[in-house]
Amino acid sequence: MYFVIAGGGEVGFHLAKALLEAGHEIMLIESDRRRAAYIEEHLGSVVLNAPADEGRFQIEAGCQRADAVIAVTGEDPANLVICQLAKWKCRVPRVIARVNDPKNEIVFKALGIDETISSTRVLMSVIEQELPSSGFLPLMPLTGSHLELIEAEIGPNGPSAGKTVHALGLPRGTAVGGVVRKGSVLHADEDLRLEVGDRLVILAPTKDEAEVRKALAG
Amino acid sequence: MKIVIVGCGRVGAFLAGLLDGSGHDVTVIDLERASFAHLPATFKGTTLMGNGTDLEVRRTAGIDKTDALFTLTQGDNRNLMSAQIAKEVFGVKHVIAKVNDPIRANTYRDHGIETVSRTSILGTLLEAMLMGDPEVGKILVEKARGHEAEMAGA
Repeated sequence: MYFVIAGGGEVGFHLAKALLEAGHEIMLIESDRRRAAYIEEHLGSVVLNAPADEGRFQIEAGCQRADAVIAVTGEDPANLVICQLAKWKCRVPRVIARVNDPKNEIVFKALGIDETISSTRVLMSVIEQELPSSGFLPLMPLTGSHLELIEAEIGPNGPSAGKTVHALGLPRGTAVGGVVRKGSVLHADEDLRLEVGDRLVILAPTKDEAEVRKALAG
Repeated sequence: MKIVIVGCGRVGAFLAGLLDGSGHDVTVIDLERASFAHLPATFKGTTLMGNGTDLEVRRTAGIDKTDALFTLTQGDNRNLMSAQIAKEVFGVKHVIAKVNDPIRANTYRDHGIETVSRTSILGTLLEAMLMGDPEVGKILVEKARGHEAEMAGA
């Protein structure tokens, strides 16, 4: 596949390197001359030294035939404009923006950029996954749906052991996809009684995450 | 009218002074307190320190009750982002972004964001003045010089 990466900072550089190693074709747009030269020295002739937020340079980088444009500069407004221009001017089928301020995720969605990556959010979920005590792991947000995939373990001291699925009192719009008990999957019927050590896979609206956490982990 | 101006550089402060002088309720937002020194001494509106693209700052500025918003910082992209948030998220009716790159100004105008490019406006005006084209910008130049005289006299 062909990817155009806008911004050659640490994120852009290593993303470019990884995509090249995976056998993809890439072009990286970097406006700083010295940084562009550095990347060219390490990755070869895959760099366009130009501002990525100008349409003509996106065309020069071959955005019209790109499978995706990925904007990873350190400036959220620049990432927004790069993605919008790529969509409008070059009809790129898929645009992905890095958001530096997590609050901008909602803003970007409202302005038509559906795929965003927030390093703060990624780090937060990694940290949460490494805290074994809570037994509550938000696994990933589902793109374009305002839903979150959550894994929760029924702990011995939590409020949920011994309750039925129905009695958990999960918020409306939440679905328990399945219960893993001793390595096998059980149907999450409403009257299934939960035991300590059960792991639940749950789909929940992102806004209700705190409520789900409370129902399961206290 | 209730008017919000994002960016208190020379242009933002000049416009804030004009609108405040003609009796509008003006709020100016800028990242740096020092920028408010550009405002005329007579300015009676509100100054708000903060990032114009930040949703919280906008709520504080009362953006949902705003009639018009101008984004006049030095960054084209910042202005375009601020303007789009005002229009698409908060439903502000009149939104104008300063976008100095004429091509980006044109693209976003096609997509419903009103833009003004200092580059193309000033360039067109200067060419007309050199060529002695009397019609282009005559009213604009007269009005601008009037404002300048008022400021110099005040």
